[in-house]
This record gives sequence, structure tokens and C-alpha cells, in this order.
Amino acid sequence: MTATDHFISEFTRLGRESAAAGPAWLRLAREAAVERFRELGFPTLDDEEWKYTNVAPIARTPFRIGNGFAVRGLTVEELQRVTFGEMDCTHLVFLNGRFAPELSRLRPVPDGVRIMSLAAALVEEPDRLEPHLSRHAQFEDHAFVALNTAFIQDGAFVYLPRRKVLEEPIHLIFVSAPNGSPRVSHPRNLIVAEAGSQAAVVESYVSLGEAAYFTNAVTEVVAGDGAVVDHCKLQRESEQAYHVATLQAHLSRSAHFASHSVSLGGALVRNDVNIVLDAEGVDCVLNGLYLAQGSQHIDNHTFIDHARPHGSSREFYKGVLSGRSHGVFNGKIRVRKDAQKTDAKQTNKNLLLSEEALVDTKPQLEIFADDVRCTHGATIGQLDEDALFYLRSRGLGREDARSLLIHAFASDLISRIPVVPVRTGLECLLMTRLPVGIEHREGI
Amino acid sequence: MLEIKNLRAKVGDREILKGISLTVKTGEVHAIMGPNGSGKSTLAQVLAGRDTYEVTGGEATYQGKDLLEMAPEERARQGLFMAFQYPVEIPGVSTMYLLRAGLNAARKQQGLEELDAMDFLSLVKEQAKLVEMDESLMNRSVNEGFSGGEKKRNEIFQMAVLQPKLAILDETDSGLDIDALRIVANGVNRLRGPDRAIIVVTHYQRLLNYIVPDRVHVLYEGRIVKSGGKELALELEDKGYSWIEEKLARA
Repeated sequence: MTATDHFISEFTRLGRESAAAGPAWLRLAREAAVERFRELGFPTLDDEEWKYTNVAPIARTPFRIGNGFAVRGLTVEELQRVTFGEMDCTHLVFLNGRFAPELSRLRPVPDGVRIMSLAAALVEEPDRLEPHLSRHAQFEDHAFVALNTAFIQDGAFVYLPRRKVLEEPIHLIFVSAPNGSPRVSHPRNLIVAEAGSQAAVVESYVSLGEAAYFTNAVTEVVAGDGAVVDHCKLQRESEQAYHVATLQAHLSRSAHFASHSVSLGGALVRNDVNIVLDAEGVDCVLNGLYLAQGSQHIDNHTFIDHARPHGSSREFYKGVLSGRSHGVFNGKIRVRKDAQKTDAKQTNKNLLLSEEALVDTKPQLEIFADDVRCTHGATIGQLDEDALFYLRSRGLGREDARSLLIHAFASDLISRIPVVPVRTGLECLLMTRLPVGIEHREGI
Repeated sequence: MLEIKNLRAKVGDREILKGISLTVKTGEVHAIMGPNGSGKSTLAQVLAGRDTYEVTGGEATYQGKDLLEMAPEERARQGLFMAFQYPVEIPGVSTMYLLRAGLNAARKQQGLEELDAMDFLSLVKEQAKLVEMDESLMNRSVNEGFSGGEKKRNEIFQMAVLQPKLAILDETDSGLDIDALRIVANGVNRLRGPDRAIIVVTHYQRLLNYIVPDRVHVLYEGRIVKSGGKELALELEDKGYSWIEEKLARA
């Protein structure tokens, strides 16, 4: 049995159970997706988009679909250990991919706003889903998106009617808990922000154990005219875990979308962020930070598609790599013929802390319009010896000075995260992740 | 305070310090002058512990201890301070944070309690006023986007906060206008005292109008070729470094 066969037989197995449920249009999408997955198979290093990331370990593991029930009994307190502050706001918790209502909390929201599990939305609000679900994240060329689509079952659904503003961020917490044999979950999220609405959504991926499991997530974001959506993703999976995720955003006129992606965990991680600026005057920000140690592999692929004029994109990714870790940054920017007056800027900076750490960085600019401003730059460097000496000459120990410089490098990106508990939590986490702890830089 | 004997240092295959001997007693201010390439900055950096220079011979004793055995941070915690000729920009690390960490590391070493945030803040505010340093600069990343003069003033400000026992100023005067020069000199003069010592490394005599040294040494091709009182600086200014070269050629 080949790797693909295994996943397909899981599909067939589930098909007899819950996967066949839901509206007819979704069943069709699932079947088309599994068919496409069968054709595509898992990508290999020969595939240009996957040339630095070998997914063979995922393909050869017989992952089974997890369920939320096996970890019932998990308490809010246990969960608080692996989250920061998210629990104080509206939050939806998913255990091994399934919504856990007893651990979730919904605070009052403005009229018409929907924050619910996708499974519930498929029953209660299928008409709101149909125009969007699986319409944006294309599975034609992406085996993992196809796989996720084939297994659409649960995740979060957020809907904001016109001009509704959510003051508080919404936290989606995806918890993986070891559960015997290797498990896979396919979280599927849909965020629809109608014209003039505003919200911040945080996706956190955490783990309660050090087991190998596979998270294959897809999030679709649809922002209407003038909508403002901040999306944060904190990937803190177990260091044995596999994490593949696609964030697909479709932006309308004068919408503002920001993505903040922080990758800390996972043995093998691949994040795709695809943004389509499909109307005039769209403004988007893509920030990313990846910290890899040991033998972690973290691949960030972004694609910003400037399809219409007067769009602006600002992309800033930073990586800190130690041990034998491997980082990949591939940033594609396409400026279509119509997209005059596009203003795009891409930066990728990498800090290598060991001889064996490795990074592949690849900017890809495809510009078909003639009146545009596009800049890109990538750097790979080590800690600045002059700066290290300067700090030490003021009395800081060697390791403290190193930590401080690494922290300064990374916190530049963390400070841009608009959701306060996430920003503060990351600041603290960063301290413990660095080689030597330094007192928290609170105040001064 | 500091006793250097026959100190030799090289970078790569090139020997830069070719046997330097110098004694600096507590309470003294020494000026080390010399033309470009004479080894002035190398001497300052070797004393601060920069490892790009390899010490190949000689010794340096600081407060009775082997200075050359100490890590740079150890030297700093024991009260040695160097004002950099070219201060480094460190994005993401504020001067305030750096100073607090440095000050508390030194206090810890001396068995003192760490300064709390309020005490620290009042200390830096007071010192900032004395060196006429804009407070907004202290909260910014170390030297990032500072003008040349601001960087030099930041060095003096750090010196004022850290209150070193032995301060080494590596060409702190170069590139400064007369107002900044006065501020720098005031900072140094305030530090002067019976239990401290200062080494002023400079190319020009100008700074020595404001910081009057007890001893002046002329460094030339890695050796101290002449030492004298404060008049020596004036004589050098008057006759130029070629005077030394000629004298050495005749000898």
C-alpha cells in the first residue's frame, strides 16, 4: 500500500461514517479533493515548490484521524499551561481536530456575529458557508490542501456582518494530545468579514505531549470592502510533530489584512500563506518569525498576488536557526498586468547560531505591470561580534549578551503583533527558549 | 591601579604592540598620543579584552590581578570601562537595558543588591542631565541612528552611570565639535578622583586643554617612545608627530 493509498482508505473508512454528512456541495468538494489528492500524491523534492522540504516522513506514517473524545477530562488549568492569556477572551478549543465545547468560551458579541465550530455551522448555517468554503484555498496544485478538503469536518467558523467590529480577539486553540497510534487532524477554518467589519483572530497550535502526530490545517479568510482583519498564528506543536498549513486570504477593495506567523515547534513544518489582492487599494502585511533548534525543519512559503492596482504589501520574515535546524523562506510576489501602482516590499533576515544550521531563502518576483515599486532583500548572518564585545565590555556575560542579541533580533517582529496577550506571552516564551534566560525586560 | 609590562600583541601575522610598559597609579590621568597606526586603539582594545588581538607577550596587572586572564565582562565588573572609538549600533537593545544589566552585574559581583527600577531611573536621569544627553536617546536602541557626536556622548553617559575605577577613552574626542568636546571633558573631569584613574587615548592635543593629564606618553610603531608631563602634549601639537619620527631617526 502506498502512502497515498493509506490516506485514501482513511477517507473511504470515514466516508461510511461522518465524512459523508453535510450538504451535497460539500460532499462533492470532498470527493473532488480526494480524487485530486490521489492524482497528485505527496510532493517530492523534484517539485519546485517542495525542493527544500522532504515530506516523506509524513507520507510513510499511517496516521489515523484523531478524535476529540479520547482526551476528554482535560481541564482548563492544564490548557492554560500551554496557552497565554488566550483563555481570558472568547476562545474555541479543538482537541485533536474536534471542537471541545466544555473547554471553550464565548463572550457576548455584536448582533449577527457568528463564532462557532465548523461542524455546527455545516448543520446550522450551510448557506453562509457555501459561497466561501473551499472556494478560495485551491487544492488543484496542493496535495495537502486537497487532503484537508477531503477530510473537512471541523474547525472554526467566524462570520462578521457588515460594519460589525469585534473589540476582543478571537482565539482558536488547536490542542493535540497523544493518543496511542499516530494521529492526524485536518482543522479547517473559515473567517468571513463582510464590508467594513473588523476582527482579530489568533490560531494557536499546541501539544500536550511529545508524541509524533500530524496537523494539516487550512484557513480561508475572506475580507470584504474596507474590512480589517488581523490574523495571528502561533505554531507551538511538539518537536516530534508534523505541521502543514495553508492560510488563504481573499481581499476586496481597500481591505486591510495582516498575518503574523510565529513558528516555534514541530519536527517538520510547512506554512503556506497565499494572499490575493483582488481589488483596488488593498493593504496587506505579512510578518513571520521562525525559531528552529535541534533538527527542526521550518519552511515558510508565501505568495502575494497583486491582481489589481494601488495595492500595497509589506512582508517581513525573520528566522533564528540553531543546532542542525533547517529554515526555508520562499516569498513569491506576483504583480499582474492590471496591478499598476503596486507597492510591494519583501524582507527576509536570518540569524544562524551554529555551523550546522542551514537556511534556504528565495525571493521570487514576477512583475507584469510597468508602473510599480517592488523591493526585496534577504540576509543570512551570524551574531555580530562587535555588538557582542560591546555588550560584554559593559559587564554582560557572554551567554547573556548572545541571548540579548538574539532576543533583540526576534523581538523586532514580536513587537509588531497587535494582540497584546499574544505579544506579551511570546516575549516571555522567547526568554525561556533562548540559550540562557535573561530577566524579563519589563519596564526598562 | 594598572601596570603594563612589555606588552606585545598582534592581529593575524602583524605585530602591533611591540613591548609596551606603562604604570598608571590611582588618581592619575594619563594621555596616550600618537599618529595613526601607532597602536593606540589596539592598546585600548587589548586592555578591554577584545579577542581579535592576540597577546603574544608581556603582562598587565589591574588592581593586583592578571588583567589578561579576565574575560571582557569580568574586567567591566571589576571597574574597567572603555569608551569606544567607534561605538556599535545594537538594534533592539536599549541603552537603558544595557546599563541596568551592566550595572547590576557589577553590583552582584561586589555583593551588593541590584538597583531597583526607581533608583536606577533616578541615577540615569541625573547622569543624563550632566552629560546633556537627551533622555529619549537612552530609551532607544543603543546608538541606532545616532549621529557621531551622539554616539560619543552616549559613551560618556554610560561611563558616568557605571562609575568605573579605570576609564579608557579611545579617541572619544575625534569628530566632536567644541561644545560636544566640552561636554565629554566635563564628564571625564567629574569622574576624576583619588580612587580612580583615566587613560585618554587621543590623536590631538585639543582635548587635553580640557582634561589636563598628569602624564603624557607618545606611542609610535607599537612602542612608547617618549613620556613626559602635560607640556609634552603642547610640544607635540606645536612640532607635529614628524618631530618624534626625526628624533627617532637620529637616535
